[in-house]
Amino acid sequence: MFACIHAPGNLPLLVECAGHFSPLIEETSPDTVVFDVRGLQRIHGDPEQIADAIRRRIGIKEAAVAIARNPDAAVHAARGFHGVTVNACLDSLPLHLLRGSPDFARNMDAWGIRTFGELAALPPLGIAARLGDEGVYLQRLATGTVQRQLRLRVDPMEFRDKRELEDSIDLLEPLLLLLSQMLGDVCERLRYHGRATNQIRLRMKLERAEDHTLVLNLPVPTLNTRVMLKLLQLEMNEHAPSAPVEKIFLELEPADPRTTQHGLFLPSGPEPEKLEITLARIRLLVGAENVGAPELLDTHRPDAVRMTALAQAKNSYPPLRPAFALRRFRPAPSAQVWCEDRGKPLRIASSVGSGAILACAGPWSSSGDWWTNAAWSRQEWDVEVQAIGVARISQDVARRRWFVEGSYD
Amino acid sequence: MATAVATLREEIQSRLGVVLRTKPAEAETLATVAGAIPRGAMTEIVGPASSGRTAALYSVLAAATAGQEFCALLDAQDRFDPLSAAAAGVRLSQLLWVRCNGNVEHALKAADMLANGGGFGVIAIDLADAPESAVHRVPLAAWFRLRRGVENTRTALVVLERSAHARSCSAVKIELKRARAVWRGLMPGGLLERFECGGHWIHNHQPRAVEFRVIR
Repeated sequence: MFACIHAPGNLPLLVECAGHFSPLIEETSPDTVVFDVRGLQRIHGDPEQIADAIRRRIGIKEAAVAIARNPDAAVHAARGFHGVTVNACLDSLPLHLLRGSPDFARNMDAWGIRTFGELAALPPLGIAARLGDEGVYLQRLATGTVQRQLRLRVDPMEFRDKRELEDSIDLLEPLLLLLSQMLGDVCERLRYHGRATNQIRLRMKLERAEDHTLVLNLPVPTLNTRVMLKLLQLEMNEHAPSAPVEKIFLELEPADPRTTQHGLFLPSGPEPEKLEITLARIRLLVGAENVGAPELLDTHRPDAVRMTALAQAKNSYPPLRPAFALRRFRPAPSAQVWCEDRGKPLRIASSVGSGAILACAGPWSSSGDWWTNAAWSRQEWDVEVQAIGVARISQDVARRRWFVEGSYD
Repeated sequence: MATAVATLREEIQSRLGVVLRTKPAEAETLATVAGAIPRGAMTEIVGPASSGRTAALYSVLAAATAGQEFCALLDAQDRFDPLSAAAAGVRLSQLLWVRCNGNVEHALKAADMLANGGGFGVIAIDLADAPESAVHRVPLAAWFRLRRGVENTRTALVVLERSAHARSCSAVKIELKRARAVWRGLMPGGLLERFECGGHWIHNHQPRAVEFRVIR
């Protein structure tokens, strides 16, 4: 059994009214909603009493309420009759309510068919032969026998909260207390929908200052409010609002919950939530750009590396062997190098150490990025100096300057 | 639980007529070129420049990351070279690199946080190029705190230095001497072929000679 409310103009009100009776609601059109009222007899009584309850609830004089055995019959009854109708006969309704194609309307007009009843009385085989599938379907609608599922309305999933404060907050602790409550509320909603979050967006409206915005990306989807609050606290310790807070807008980005199951015999790694808090603390200490897993860039430029997030390696690696380890000096200290005629370095003086070069190998030439403004060209030598050990030195070919790149260890 | 185990033990002994002995727990270690590195304890790798200490550290990191463990490197002087580490077999995506830009205190603080957070296979602190005076100023209590942080865990704490500072806090010391560089061929086209490294692996004041080669 389905109920339909038809009232021009106010769809949100219709949806709210329907939601009072059933969670299964279809927004058929901007002026019509249909919903499932099966099982409401125990609460409201027979269908007439259910229809009256709906009418009372909607409170709009022009609203039409209809109850029928299927959604389409309820829709047509509500659109065609005023007031309350229950299981009404649709025969007298005008054909335009079927909303057929212009061809169908022209044919019906030519045949002198004006109402649902007249269409229902036509032979189905003749309709199929002359009007095709559309005609058959519309005739079944006119007889009120089409059974279908409701196209349910899905609530847009927005996980946000806002608080307007009577007195502005200028201390971190009361602000965190409020954020804790807001996070708890929004996370409860996420949990109800079986979701987690991987991003926190916080916007604070400040007194006589521009809005203060924080965006925190979480390494894994979580619902742990304590972790989120701690990360917010660490972030706000570094980037505190510049003025007292008047309003708070909090939004959590929904994400699928983490479902990773590690192998039984694999070593357990750091717990992601706990690690993120530790990393946030270390970032405060040494700077965010100095923390991460190094990733080599696809270039021959020396020391081309960027920081990424920690992750389990997927690539295959060469077999383990003790290989030369370079201890790279950053920035590379400049050096003065004396060479013989053929270019072989003989002596070096630098802030790292000075002395005669006991042995050397090279030069190894490389260049790159000549198609950009950051072109480089260099020659590298491996040298052994008593004061430095075995080191790598390089000459910037364009500027004719020497540098100590690092020492082998 | 202890009572139940004791009861079960007695029953097995009486029924089978055998004496059950408890097998002593063996300390877990990481096998590296410079000898075994114990887990749940601190190891110091010390030596002058070009002694192979960094190559030894990379072999520790490579062994741990090959076992799918996560490692951390607290780089006090920003000396780590990811390219040579990758060539030595270190899986970089499993290595947390913290660049401390010359601040020894930050390196030790970060190591303490990571040790207390748990979950890392190896935590390495590279103080090899830090000023000797700065490392010497680190109080013994800080080394104790670090040692306590990894005790009874699967984390191996490795400290790279020019000379040993942690005293009794470290379970193993690996002391390396300046390596002999072997050059091949004549210039031009010569090549630094390998380092021949050597030194001692010391546990409970009992040194054991260590030798290994580092090749290009």
